[in-house]
Amino acid sequence: MDEPERVIATRDARFAAYQLDGAYDEMFTPDGVPRPPYASLYKRLLELTPAELETRQQTADLSFLHQGITFTVYSDARGTERIFPYDLLPRIITAAEWEMVERGLVQRITALNLFLHDIYHKGQILADKVVPVDLVISSKHYRRQMRNLDVPHGVYVAVTGTDLIRLPDGRFAVLEDNLRVPSGASYMLANRQVMKRVFPGLFSLYGVRPLEFYGQALQNTLAALSPVGAEETTTVLLSPGVFNSAYFEHTFLARQMGIPLVEGRDLVVHDNIVYMRTTAGLRRVDVIYRRIDDDFIDPLAFRKDSMLGVAGLFNAYRSGSVTLANAIGTGVADDKAVYAYVPAIIRYYLGEDAILPNIETYQCGDEKERGFVLANLDKLVVKAVGESGGYGMLVGPHSTAAERETFRTLIESDPRNYIAQPTINLSRAPCFLDGQVEARHVDLRPYILYGKRVTILPGGLTRVALRRGSLVVNSSQGGGSKDTWVLNW
Amino acid sequence: MNAMLSRVADSLYWMSRYLERADHVARQFDVHLTIVTEQAVDVARRRRRRLITCLVNEDEYAAAEASDYDLAYLLTFDEDNPSSLVNCIASARENAHQVREQINSQMWEQINQMYLTMRSQSMADLWSGQPHNFYHWINQEIYRFQGITDSRIMRDQGWHFVQIGRYLERASETADSLNVDFRELYSSALETDAVDQQTYLEWVGLLRGCAAYEAYSKVYTANVQPRHIVEFLLLSPIFPYSVRFGINRIQSSLQFVGEETETPKSARIFRLSGRQRAMLDYAQVDEIIDGGLGSYLLNIQNQCAQIHQLIYETYIAYSIEDKLSTR
Repeated sequence: MDEPERVIATRDARFAAYQLDGAYDEMFTPDGVPRPPYASLYKRLLELTPAELETRQQTADLSFLHQGITFTVYSDARGTERIFPYDLLPRIITAAEWEMVERGLVQRITALNLFLHDIYHKGQILADKVVPVDLVISSKHYRRQMRNLDVPHGVYVAVTGTDLIRLPDGRFAVLEDNLRVPSGASYMLANRQVMKRVFPGLFSLYGVRPLEFYGQALQNTLAALSPVGAEETTTVLLSPGVFNSAYFEHTFLARQMGIPLVEGRDLVVHDNIVYMRTTAGLRRVDVIYRRIDDDFIDPLAFRKDSMLGVAGLFNAYRSGSVTLANAIGTGVADDKAVYAYVPAIIRYYLGEDAILPNIETYQCGDEKERGFVLANLDKLVVKAVGESGGYGMLVGPHSTAAERETFRTLIESDPRNYIAQPTINLSRAPCFLDGQVEARHVDLRPYILYGKRVTILPGGLTRVALRRGSLVVNSSQGGGSKDTWVLNW
Repeated sequence: MNAMLSRVADSLYWMSRYLERADHVARQFDVHLTIVTEQAVDVARRRRRRLITCLVNEDEYAAAEASDYDLAYLLTFDEDNPSSLVNCIASARENAHQVREQINSQMWEQINQMYLTMRSQSMADLWSGQPHNFYHWINQEIYRFQGITDSRIMRDQGWHFVQIGRYLERASETADSLNVDFRELYSSALETDAVDQQTYLEWVGLLRGCAAYEAYSKVYTANVQPRHIVEFLLLSPIFPYSVRFGINRIQSSLQFVGEETETPKSARIFRLSGRQRAMLDYAQVDEIIDGGLGSYLLNIQNQCAQIHQLIYETYIAYSIEDKLSTR
């Protein structure tokens, strides 16, 4: 990061501000030469005038606005709807790179699913002291109500969105596992639809693996987990409703799957059976793809003040009459403190080394590591273990002294709740911004489906930190996204 | 047995109703603006008052001395008036949003674009520009939405709830306009004399406001007679804005929903809508006028309100205990 900033030598003015330094650049080698998979895109960019690119950007933006692909900003009291910023230029991943990502993800999700089953049953891995028992029990997302409950087909995490980053040496690494209610798949699909409209020629030239089957794959995954036969299964998507920031995604996925979108008020539980209220009376529900957090799903079992859930749902679930996807209590395995143990978890259950590396993680719960973290707050990224969406996070090198003091106090008062990682220089990809092509930091969230077998969508959501220099890609923190192309070659 | 979520039926119904109301408000006011330019001050004042009675349902407004500018604001941008265009379109869009996955993408994009454009308009632009273009635009956009709906969506229960919302609103609006105008403009003297020029303008206004003038002329020629107007707006079996046409559509859609959901044949909602349909099918215009048009129309509006109530009790807000006991 301390290296002097270099700008690539090109005759074209629109790359004038393109930054090349210690971060891995998706498009250019360190010498400023386009990497082979990006060569055609680069050539095309030089052919198009900035005005032509601008027109395409406007077409894309307008399409998102009209489709209502917007999100709500919580920190804004008026609950403003905004378009999720879309970057025009695709992020490209080769077949060879993807093959390894895919193997790594299958391995990881298989191990994490075994881990969840184990800790909610015998707890062998805890007895063997591979993962500290305190760490698991004290996790904000551990649900004792799940102990000794057998989930259908042993699948806890039907849908996962794992956050990957690319290290300066070009390897992909796992930044975070999202095993609760990962979102963003609809943006991945919407980005692709728009991309095909604004760059049709380039798209067909490249040989990109399709994503359109996501709706069907998700529907099949859910039906495979049904307590009754797939034929007679009624599957619904449970949404908190129209005020939720991900409501667009809920409606989009329900449409893609051809299943009803329900809210808590549409469901009733009677004698441990879940019904939905229809014009023809009550109709039985077998599988619920729930997009509501554990805490809010049933006011009788969890948070009493929840207005979003369904009273009695957890008991119905316990009785086995209905499947919840994902299962309750999966968040314990994506706790940022448990994350540090995932390579050990993989070795324990599968006897293999992790294919995708972790980022080095310091546990503030450990006295020695905490000392190191507190002494290096200006260099590290500190995260609250149970949070997501870029909330509750300190990026040391970009922080003020006052922010660091706040986090020092937070860490000292509740050390278990914080971890720290070195500030990783995420890779950068080209983005079209104000008539220029500039490099911005990106990550990648592939989606993994686990029903009868594990299915991984080729690509995923590439999130972009649109602010220059920013390392935070979350949409709530000014991030955008771009289409991700996994090539056939 | 086919079923759809009660909440979805509810939202489709209201989406459709609010759009129909917006269509009616925009057309009525557009017609008003063209007619009022040719009217004497006191005639125009009475016209404005009738419009407020029909479109706002608030006595406080009726008492006030509203200018056309005030009226334009009240009917278009006033957030406190539940029937203002901005509120109708926002509510329709909100209901469409609630069932985003049920309606097709074209429907959603159409209503969303309409809403966004509406939001970007200001009263100053509207009034200093050409108000007619604006109201005409509203009608065109709503027709486009209805066109997409009618050409694209499956004829399942959802479509029938859209129909019920549209025609309940339309039948009530037509009945209301007819009632308010007739009360003030009609006298038996009109039956014998030729209609004078000023009153002619008002009767044509009534027809235009109900999207009926061109269709009326095709049936009765341009000879504008109050009795014919009543017959046409109330009893035409083939004119889509007539009360009878709407009641027929409501009855058939309720029939469809009833069969799909296996509602008992004896249900109150069937008896009521069937009786209402039969009443209009066999009615004679002379008998209606002699017996008092006002009370006849009031009865129709009350029945429409009852049908609305029964839809809720039967399909949407029923008690869980009742349904569990009949399983």
